[in-house]
Amino acid sequence: MKARTFMMQGNQAVAEGAIDAGCRFFAGYPITPSSEIAEYLSGRLPEVGGRFMQMEDEIAAMGAVIGASLGGMKSMTATSGPGFSLKQENIGFASMTEVPVVIVNVMRGGPSTGLPTMPSQADVMQARWGTHGDHPIIVLAPGGVREAYDLTVQAFNMSEEYRVPVILLLDEIVGHVHEKVTLPAPDELVIIDRKKPTVPPEEYLPYVADETLVPPMANFGEGYRYHVTGLVHDETGFPTNVTEEIEAQLMRLNTKLDRYEDEIIQFEETLTEDAKIGVVAYGSTARSARSALLRARDEDISAGMIRLQTIWPFPTDRIREFARQVSHIVVPELNLGQIAHEVEHAARGEAEVVRINRISGEPIHPDEILAAIKEYW
Amino acid sequence: MDYSQYLRNDKLPYIWCAGCGDRIVLKAILRAIHDLGLEKDEIAMVAGIGCSGRTAGYVDFNTLHTTHGRAITFATGLKMARPDMTVIVVSGDGDATAIGGNHLIHAARRNIDITVLVYNNHIYGMTGGQVSPTTPMGDFATTAPYGNLENTFDISGLTIAAGASFVARSAVADIKYLSNLIGQAISKKGFSLVEVMTPCYIAYGRMNEKGSAAQMILDQREEAVDVEEAKSMSPEDLQDRIVVGVLADRELPEYIATYDRVISQAQQR
Amino acid sequence: MSFRYEIRLSGAGGQGLILVGKIIAEAAAIYDDKNATQSQSYGPEARGGASRSEVIISDGDIDYPKATDIDLLLAMTQEAADKYAGEVKSGGIIVADSDFVKSPPEGDFAVHCLPITQIAEEKVGKKITANLVALGMIHKLSGVISEESVINAIRARVPRGTEEVNIQAFKYGQDLVD
Repeated sequence: MKARTFMMQGNQAVAEGAIDAGCRFFAGYPITPSSEIAEYLSGRLPEVGGRFMQMEDEIAAMGAVIGASLGGMKSMTATSGPGFSLKQENIGFASMTEVPVVIVNVMRGGPSTGLPTMPSQADVMQARWGTHGDHPIIVLAPGGVREAYDLTVQAFNMSEEYRVPVILLLDEIVGHVHEKVTLPAPDELVIIDRKKPTVPPEEYLPYVADETLVPPMANFGEGYRYHVTGLVHDETGFPTNVTEEIEAQLMRLNTKLDRYEDEIIQFEETLTEDAKIGVVAYGSTARSARSALLRARDEDISAGMIRLQTIWPFPTDRIREFARQVSHIVVPELNLGQIAHEVEHAARGEAEVVRINRISGEPIHPDEILAAIKEYW
Repeated sequence: MDYSQYLRNDKLPYIWCAGCGDRIVLKAILRAIHDLGLEKDEIAMVAGIGCSGRTAGYVDFNTLHTTHGRAITFATGLKMARPDMTVIVVSGDGDATAIGGNHLIHAARRNIDITVLVYNNHIYGMTGGQVSPTTPMGDFATTAPYGNLENTFDISGLTIAAGASFVARSAVADIKYLSNLIGQAISKKGFSLVEVMTPCYIAYGRMNEKGSAAQMILDQREEAVDVEEAKSMSPEDLQDRIVVGVLADRELPEYIATYDRVISQAQQR
Repeated sequence: MSFRYEIRLSGAGGQGLILVGKIIAEAAAIYDDKNATQSQSYGPEARGGASRSEVIISDGDIDYPKATDIDLLLAMTQEAADKYAGEVKSGGIIVADSDFVKSPPEGDFAVHCLPITQIAEEKVGKKITANLVALGMIHKLSGVISEESVINAIRARVPRGTEEVNIQAFKYGQDLVD
């Protein structure tokens, strides 16, 4: 198979990435600005022997993808702000039961019905803490169409490898902008599948993990008859009220990603080596920032940017290091400072964090970021 | 038959109260599965939240205890991934028709090949006796201290109207008949539902002076009237009666089979 | 700085401006092998309401995919002409439909205010091909995409069976600015 060049929008790239990553089930509900993902997959999935469902609501879509994943099909749903709110309880279920699923949220402005057709990055914190209770989660944020494809493939790989729900956060610009992309041949991709038990069914304990902290997962119908529950469970998968068992399972759950942070956390650095003033950005806002940065360099201002591709877990160590190098970190966001707060926490006062925030549905213009860079230069 | 071959015997005794009808439902399910000769590996039981939902923990199948009201959605996804498996949902009146009512009617409309058993005990039992969509009007509950003000759902009627292939109702008093209906429901291609009238003595019966648990079971047997016989009875005569039997059994297009044709069509393109 | 050309297509929903944007972007990126992005701003309405589609063409990377300094503005309504003329760069181009834009904007740009919809209706016989007439004008006036590429992109993007009528409309547009 050969590489393929298309003019494609981010939402379509997510759908293509999902197919190439092995996704064979999608359940969703119509919502702007994510609907193209569902529309596209409704046609594509049956072509590859997969199945698509438009469900009666967002909650049903989230439940269905968990059910299908337990049946052994890689599964995805896609939504936007209000639908993302509705899905939260079942996202927690996937986190608790360690069922791999991918959830796409093409963000819109909120709260409530908000700004359905305009760009926003206001769900950064909801993606981390939207469901109740302490829980592990991975959140990736592509900055362009090709990256939407790549990070979708990675989202499936991470969800399978670590048995954790992975959320792809797109903003409307990344979701809808059409760009020229060259996609790799599907057989060039590295595809990771969930680790299966190697013991016979009678010895299988579904929530016992080795040093990887990720237990092998049997799919339903493969002879390993076991119990899956959203209640806190012991190693056998059955509910427990025993303090020591609760502690052991919840601590494994909540720390299992820690040892993989080097693989999970990804960011792209632009001209950071000699930077004296920094930018931290993600999604479409990072495109404005890069444009501003290059113009600043034309004016001999040593600006550099860390663009987050993984938002959660947050790259605290790298940002702290960066804060020691630069005087200021400009953080442009289409929200009121959800990541700026995290950057401040990481910087621990080593650099001053300068916020550029916008919640009116318009993107942040490169001139605004350039002006901030110049002001603090 | 030896019921223990289908049970996770180390999980006994049951969480259910003494006198609870849910134990009888469990027995009827196992008998139906035994009579159909199904393999344990090919059965998935998907449960919601509430007393009914705890059934899944005791049976030696692939079992999934989901979030409140959402069991049918998980079951739908599982069936899409594994059409070869027998997928049975156990749910209660609150789980299936209040918080999960939307999923019930849409799964019935889609006519996807899963079997839903709704344990109708007229109350939220596990949370302590709150009023449910099937609590009779005027009856008392911990959140209806002046009596229930609301009309009740006819769960079976709702499901028939939504488009299910097979709908039946029975009381736990007649376990053989109940088991037979569950067997028919599982065998039927398409969405099937059995509404099981099962008494909750502790959270509903006591508050409404329904007598002992055994009395409640006997009363339901007295109230039961066969669907054929009911056809010649007046609405007044049918008040306070439980119409039992196969209420709908029809040949309708089934969702997975229809989708399989879509796959063939898409792959020929 | 690398070459960057910004086109904003503005008017009302239902005028086919997003399609024109996609055709220009595809012609530039796929057939002319440059880089291009196409994006849009839209309201909740599928028809009526303000519609805006933007194309950036460059021979380098395109970071910010929105227009910042417009080289060419297409205004298919008076409202669009009034709202966006101020964002057109000095020496830029405005293409307007005189059927809707009764008072063309004035400023340091070239204005081509011509009866686009009327041409579509009278010469092509289909009012809905006004967008393709406009595309012909844009192609001729901007000079940033090759004719062959635009025709290839039209064939790839318009509904099957309407290729020829759309290409005909495109050519009438080219002729308008000869």
